[in-house]
Amino acid sequence: MGPLWLLALIAGLSFFGYVLGRWKSVVLSGKGALAARPGYYGAYVLVWTAMPALAILIVLSLAKPLIVDRTVRANLPETVLADTTQLSLQISGVEQVAAGLKLATPDELQNIRIGVVTARSVFARHGLPLGEDVKPYQLVAAGALNVVSDGLDTAIDAAVVAALAFGLIFAFARVRPRLRARNLVENTVLALLIAASSVAILTTVGIVLSLLFQALQFFSMVSPINFYFGTIWDPRFAAAGSTESGQFGFLPLFWGTIYISFFAMLVAVPVGLFSAVYMAEYAGSKVRSIAKPLIEILAGIPTIVYGFFALTTIGPFIRDWLAVPLGLGTSGNNVLTAGLVMGIMIIPYVSSLSDDIITAVPRSLRDGSLALGATRSETMRQVILPAALPGVVGAVLLAVSRAIGETMIVVLAAGVAARASLNPFAEMTTITVKIVNQLTGDLEFTSPQTLVAFALGITLFVITLGLNVLALTIVRKYREQYE
Amino acid sequence: MTDRALPLPPSQLSGPDVRKISRIDIGLKRRYAAERRFRTFGLMAVALALTFLALLFGSIVLRGYTAFQQTRITMIVDFDPAIIAPDGDRSPAAIMSGNAFRFDDLIAAALVRTLEIDPNDEDALYDGLDLLSKGSGPMLRSMIAADPTLIGTKKAVAFYATGDVDSFVKGTIPADVPESQRLIKDKHIVLIDRLKADGALRLAFNTALFTNGASTRPEMAGVGVALVGSLYMMLVVLVLSLPLGVAGSIYLEEFAPKNRWTDLIEVNINNLAAVPSIVYGLLGLAVFINFAHLPRSASLVGGLVLTLTTLPTIIIATRAALKAVPPSIREAGLGIGASKMQTVFHHVLPLAMPGVLTGTIIGLAHALGETAPLLMIGMKAFIVDYPSTPLDPATALPTQIYMWATEPERAFTERTSAAIIVLLAFLLAMNSIAILLRRAFERRW
Amino acid sequence: MSAVQATVPFETVRTPDAAGRPIKIHTRNVKVTYGQKQALHGVSIDIAEKAVTAFIGPSGCGKSTFLRCINRMNDTIAGARVEGTITLDDQDVYDPDLDVVELRARVGMVFQKPNPFPKSIFDNVAYGPRIHGLARSKADLEEIVVTSLQKASLFNEVKDRLTEPGTGLSGGQQQRLCIARAIAVSPEVILMDEPCSALDPIATAKIEELIDELRANFTIVIVTHSMQQAARVSQRTAFFHLGHLIEEGPTDHVFTNPLEQRTLDYITGRFG
Repeated sequence: MGPLWLLALIAGLSFFGYVLGRWKSVVLSGKGALAARPGYYGAYVLVWTAMPALAILIVLSLAKPLIVDRTVRANLPETVLADTTQLSLQISGVEQVAAGLKLATPDELQNIRIGVVTARSVFARHGLPLGEDVKPYQLVAAGALNVVSDGLDTAIDAAVVAALAFGLIFAFARVRPRLRARNLVENTVLALLIAASSVAILTTVGIVLSLLFQALQFFSMVSPINFYFGTIWDPRFAAAGSTESGQFGFLPLFWGTIYISFFAMLVAVPVGLFSAVYMAEYAGSKVRSIAKPLIEILAGIPTIVYGFFALTTIGPFIRDWLAVPLGLGTSGNNVLTAGLVMGIMIIPYVSSLSDDIITAVPRSLRDGSLALGATRSETMRQVILPAALPGVVGAVLLAVSRAIGETMIVVLAAGVAARASLNPFAEMTTITVKIVNQLTGDLEFTSPQTLVAFALGITLFVITLGLNVLALTIVRKYREQYE
Repeated sequence: MTDRALPLPPSQLSGPDVRKISRIDIGLKRRYAAERRFRTFGLMAVALALTFLALLFGSIVLRGYTAFQQTRITMIVDFDPAIIAPDGDRSPAAIMSGNAFRFDDLIAAALVRTLEIDPNDEDALYDGLDLLSKGSGPMLRSMIAADPTLIGTKKAVAFYATGDVDSFVKGTIPADVPESQRLIKDKHIVLIDRLKADGALRLAFNTALFTNGASTRPEMAGVGVALVGSLYMMLVVLVLSLPLGVAGSIYLEEFAPKNRWTDLIEVNINNLAAVPSIVYGLLGLAVFINFAHLPRSASLVGGLVLTLTTLPTIIIATRAALKAVPPSIREAGLGIGASKMQTVFHHVLPLAMPGVLTGTIIGLAHALGETAPLLMIGMKAFIVDYPSTPLDPATALPTQIYMWATEPERAFTERTSAAIIVLLAFLLAMNSIAILLRRAFERRW
Repeated sequence: MSAVQATVPFETVRTPDAAGRPIKIHTRNVKVTYGQKQALHGVSIDIAEKAVTAFIGPSGCGKSTFLRCINRMNDTIAGARVEGTITLDDQDVYDPDLDVVELRARVGMVFQKPNPFPKSIFDNVAYGPRIHGLARSKADLEEIVVTSLQKASLFNEVKDRLTEPGTGLSGGQQQRLCIARAIAVSPEVILMDEPCSALDPIATAKIEELIDELRANFTIVIVTHSMQQAARVSQRTAFFHLGHLIEEGPTDHVFTNPLEQRTLDYITGRFG
């Protein structure tokens, strides 16, 4: 049985258990008062039926690939195992052969075994073309893989069915009027709620561990010093199997990221801040109720749309009207285009957060200043904005973090040339662009060209994490100050 | 106080008649100029932001609205059995196999009749064929395979014109440049004008845009397949993130003790909402594909990754909605002897539901437009056929847009813009539903 | 409010100022509405120069609303509408030609809750003179700040920490800082909206002492909840009730010998 069938079986039997438990409690209620409503007895049986079976299914399904992997390794010759850089490629090769063996008919298997036909030709007939001929040791390992895998599948099926039966019978037998079914059911629900809330933590842990694991593999091939302090980015995509690797200098990517973000903030901070000020202080309620949601639409537009806008409208405009006349560049892909469009995207992040922060400044301060005869702009500039400054700084930091992690705009508008220059009309590239570039095409999780994406990813994660936590702390402190 | 020019207390100023005039110069003129300037800056900032918005929408609509129409060339095709089924086998399998070029012969024959050219004049024939999409033969073939009774009849078929002809007819390729720099030559223009006059060539609603999948020929390319991929992903996101998000928020808001651990979860969720989406893509690649061996390019994996990106948004919205339910409701529930769990699920959650759903829809809308993480898990793929399950290779609307955006042809730019309009229309619809929902169930305590 | 009260016009009973002080502010028939709700029903009062006038009355009687009309702080509330005339030295406060910034520079205000700006003590006091350009030099400004702090009897307590934030002071000190801030602009009138309601008794006594000193140079209007406070600090008292001015006169008269039954009821604690 496949996992879907098992899940369907669990669902069906659990429902059956619910009906059974409920029915028994209703029957029993004639003999004495129940400790809980009948539905809870149903749910009690349901929990006992489904939970152990699900737990077994999940644990065994997670364990299965590990056991299979170990089996394959055990069946590979020493020489293959010794070449660690090619190991994962070898294992996926065995997996393919194993999949092919399952497709083949018994006759064909016999023919392969006696060497009448090659495994490759048989597999190709079944729609599984292989890149090269199947080696004998691969056949051995693949056979072992299939045996272990099939055995494990049967074991999982048996374990799940046993758990289902045991849970159902056990819980059904325990249903009696004095059983505190509600408390037991509620504790289970609470456990599920806790599990759900821990998904957020697991996500962070998952990000850190998975990126770190791959990044460490990368750092075993390229030293962190060469990576973080390297000034040349030239990761030659070598042919599969070649050990030649290029240079992975992080600095030009970092510079491009910072420079583009700088232009983005140059657009977003003044425009966002001034519109927040206007919305909070000057706009009538009618203008506010129209303009504010309109500006916030900018935040809801997918970044791919901004990227296309940059590529087709802003880029050519800047090239034809600024870069070429000034003689500073000839490409529509440049820092200024990417920065400008990214700035537009970030305006609403700055403006709506700043608006919240400005309106959170107590009214008494505003009144105090106006009562002294200050004009509205004097009040805004000299009392409200200084009071709101920490919050606004937090908002800007969050916006910077957005800019640094933004991908689609820079992929389409910034270019791919890793260079550090001051010319805003030059093509430059960013961390995110290179992550996309390095992971496009055929992936090999053993080459530094692929793994570098994870090193870039964990670096990006750490940078944005720092900015976010700093910004969130500042904003939170600021809010508490006026609460 | 000395005799320095300090403002004197009012008591030292002379009689009431003097005081009617401003006592001292407090620089009103200058200050009001500054006030006006400041206000103007604010207004300009708002105007600038709105201009950007208008520019963005304007440029995309102007580029894309033409793509909803497409140039079709209608010709009477003689479904000649001798050509289609030379060996007499009319089964769909037989039609789909065999010499694929025999269907081009049908088209050539139709063209000869429509243009009334000499069948032996190869140059004239090729000039005519230049106008038709290179996908016309396969299109005819699948048409016959789907309905073999066509064989032996004569029927009008609306063929696609090539992308360049399409652009020319719509006027997006200018006719007034020298012929050598033009994609459409003079001889083609003559033919186009003639077909137009006959009524054979005209613009029709572009159904291919909504039904087809990826194609190297712009006239055959559509977002239908990508839409199905996106739909699968949205289903996965909805099914996973709504229960997970609501359950997690209920625990954090209603049951969790306030301590350092929940503080950490709080900071963590806020941070996750601001983590670059591409990082989630890397997570998906490393965990779902590299570790769990789920298939690349599958909408299930895309849905899983988008669930993780959406979850923080939904949790934040749900917690806000739960927080807005006044404590008196909880006290009332507990007061009549309901357990905490019953109070939450019977009273608090239903009252918070409109807010939860609004947050979920907005989260889904964000997920629908998300592109970068999908590139990481290989959903940037050339997919021609509809995926039948979430495990089949699929592509999504935003990644389809990304792939088209880098195609140089004018007809692709037009279709990219059209695909963006479709995407924005979906987002607009989702956000409108969210707003309506909020309005309909808005409650003031 | 019942229909009877709305139809019977109130006659404000007025006793002349025995001290014969000149009148600084005249108001005639001032009405204020917030949206649909009428908060003041035609208040006419004359406020004497260089004296303390106290507005008393139960909460919601409109005394604060009226106070905020005098320096047009009601302008900042959306939906507030003011009718009638208010003149400051015979100049119409609501004249469209009159500049509200200039008016507020002449009529200072101290609020219920101390609201020092999140700046240093020095900058708090210097804020007004700076925006109005009252000081020609740095020394000028310092002198204004020092004098104002002295007048607000705060200087001795803060002279060593003028650069520290004003928000770090105690409640009573903060309120005196706000008074110093108002004085620094050299206003003619200072409006005080329950300035002691957020303070402890010792701080309150200090502020009351200060108000008595300030009377020599400023016209002061104070809104207060406490009748004892009104009796202690004011020369004239006005009693407001339900948006009407009931009675106005010398403080000792109003408290010992009120002309109106409602005033008597209020000051003897029968309602309010």
